Amino acid sequence: MSTPSLIKDEVSEPPRPPGEPGSTDNRLSVWVLRILSALIVPAVLLLFFFTFEFLQDPRTNKALQIAVAIVVGVGGVWLLFWAMDRLVSALPDRMAAGVRPFVFAGPALMILGFYLVYPTVDTIITSLRNADGSEFVGIDNFVRLFTESTYLVSLRNSVIWAIVVPIFCVGFGLAVAVLADLLPRKTEAVVKSLIFLPMAVSFVGASVVFFFMYTFRPEGFGEQIGLLNAIWTALGNDPVDWLRLPFWNNLFLMAILVWTQTGFAMVILSSAIKGVPDELLEAARIDGATEWQVFRKVTIPTIASTIVVVWTTILITTWKVYDIVAVMTGGRDGTSVVAERMVTEFYTFRNEGLGAALAVVLLVVVLPILIINIRRFQEQEATR
Amino acid sequence: MTAEVGSREPKARRRDDLLPRGSVARLDPVGTSFWSRALVRAAVVVIAVMWSLPTAGLLISSFRSANDINSTGWWTALLHPFETTWTLANYEQVLTASGMFDAFVNSLIVTVPATVIPITLAAFAAYAFAWMQFPGRSFLFAVVVALLIVPLQMTLVPLLQVYNRTGLTGTFLGIWLAHTGFGLPLAVYILYNYISQLPRDLFESAFIDGASHFTAFTRLVLPLSMPALAAFAIFQFLWVWNDLLVALVFLGTDSAVATLTARLNELVGSRGQDWHLLTAGAFVTMVVPVVVFLSLQRFFVRGLLAGSMKG
Repeated sequence: MSTPSLIKDEVSEPPRPPGEPGSTDNRLSVWVLRILSALIVPAVLLLFFFTFEFLQDPRTNKALQIAVAIVVGVGGVWLLFWAMDRLVSALPDRMAAGVRPFVFAGPALMILGFYLVYPTVDTIITSLRNADGSEFVGIDNFVRLFTESTYLVSLRNSVIWAIVVPIFCVGFGLAVAVLADLLPRKTEAVVKSLIFLPMAVSFVGASVVFFFMYTFRPEGFGEQIGLLNAIWTALGNDPVDWLRLPFWNNLFLMAILVWTQTGFAMVILSSAIKGVPDELLEAARIDGATEWQVFRKVTIPTIASTIVVVWTTILITTWKVYDIVAVMTGGRDGTSVVAERMVTEFYTFRNEGLGAALAVVLLVVVLPILIINIRRFQEQEATR
Repeated sequence: MTAEVGSREPKARRRDDLLPRGSVARLDPVGTSFWSRALVRAAVVVIAVMWSLPTAGLLISSFRSANDINSTGWWTALLHPFETTWTLANYEQVLTASGMFDAFVNSLIVTVPATVIPITLAAFAAYAFAWMQFPGRSFLFAVVVALLIVPLQMTLVPLLQVYNRTGLTGTFLGIWLAHTGFGLPLAVYILYNYISQLPRDLFESAFIDGASHFTAFTRLVLPLSMPALAAFAIFQFLWVWNDLLVALVFLGTDSAVATLTARLNELVGSRGQDWHLLTAGAFVTMVVPVVVFLSLQRFFVRGLLAGSMKG
């Protein structure tokens, strides 16, 4: 085995169709054909849409639009792939073998390049420029981010979100996964579905749900119709405007994300718990361990890697949260977070440089996870 | 339908079934105490109720008259169901006057192609990565894995500049392509994981019989990859349907194109205290994902597991 490359390039060759030699052909002409073939599918697609003006006008008949979109988006793409494959087959065998992979993978790679790679590079450059992008300002934007109180509040809040939300999601998720496992099967299924359901709801929808929970009426302006204030006043307290309560309002926003993400943690942890070998648990019990000891000393260590995966996944989601804050408070009353601030900075204040710098902060924090992902993938491939 | 989340792998059947009744080894996990059982049940019920109450309040309120919603809490309607005025007027108003019906259609127009196009492109790419040889293959795949967690926010500023210059802003085509771009890394990743695990012999014998890569892909790989395709399709469908940021940035709030989430967001801003509209409106946005979720839960969970490292 050579050094572990990401995908085994040379280790064992994939099987090949008849008459197709291995593609070691690296002449210039082959490279030109490769790039051309990767470009043709997206280019023809774009050309099609730009030729027919009505497809760009949102006011044309919607049924027609969706019909055309599906016929072209699916049928057309298939036809293009097929046509390109036929074309390539007309080439000499060696060349065809060299070009064909780019017919298959090319369109996806081109779109990824345009929609993710190019913008990422461009944003990093923009973050070093001023508000309208006309001047190079070095790290000024970043200095402002880490010194001015407006941005420090967003940063602080994002960090708190990233700590609090995963703890509660994993905690509740683990608790439900363990406890529900002890219930009769039918009950377990119902309980899990109820907790999992918020996962299907949009953050905007979830925000409205909790907006209603948190509704506030000053005393003397009628009965409290928000559940939280109704309970709170029934206990003899004065009604509270939860979303304006300094600092605490952040926690009320976090509750929404916990509500939607706990189901995810529960489902994945639950399948990990069910995968813990019964013999292991029984052995511990026969040795006289209490249930709590079995849980702590056997179950938890066995599912530790799953917990880490769930934790990081929720952490990334939390770090990028935008919708909840935008809908609930718009970042007012000290609730701003980085992802929301970035959009505000860019759209409301038209400050490209600062907006881009905030986006870069979002990226930098997830970079270690990105690197771990690639490492893990390499290991997985080495054993394929 | 609901049994899916709680269903077990055949290997891990209920412990009781595996062991003979009354045998020494059959230990009840929490002991036999009545009280510990009751405690477990109570804890689970409390959490389940906590998780359902917010939605229940919303659902009940959406069927009450505006007057009732504003004068009493939704729980009074549960306690005194016959003293409340039940009505469908909220839905009628929100669908017509507030434009939620148009937004619903827009969401469909956005979501269906934005799900189907990335699947098609990704399936071809995943096949190439799994079963073809080409220079730069492992590097390019590393890029795909890296792109999995690049925050969307990184792309907004430059993309919007290009979109404004080419006139793609505010068009359905623009948002289809944007969602295609953002969904592709996960699609390629999930499909690659699946397609690369298909048995090698399958391809060898197909090629011996004279199949080309294209036939192997369409006749062999696609039908066999249905579970992975379905898992990604559901994931992407819900993601696009529920998305607010991409819809706001690339489509905007013009009623001709605004999606449900964008419309609901606007409703919160402009009619923040009109609960009869907000509750009904929120439910209109939830109907499709909840139905998809309940009917296709099995694939959804699979997609979640597969995509669990996507940000």
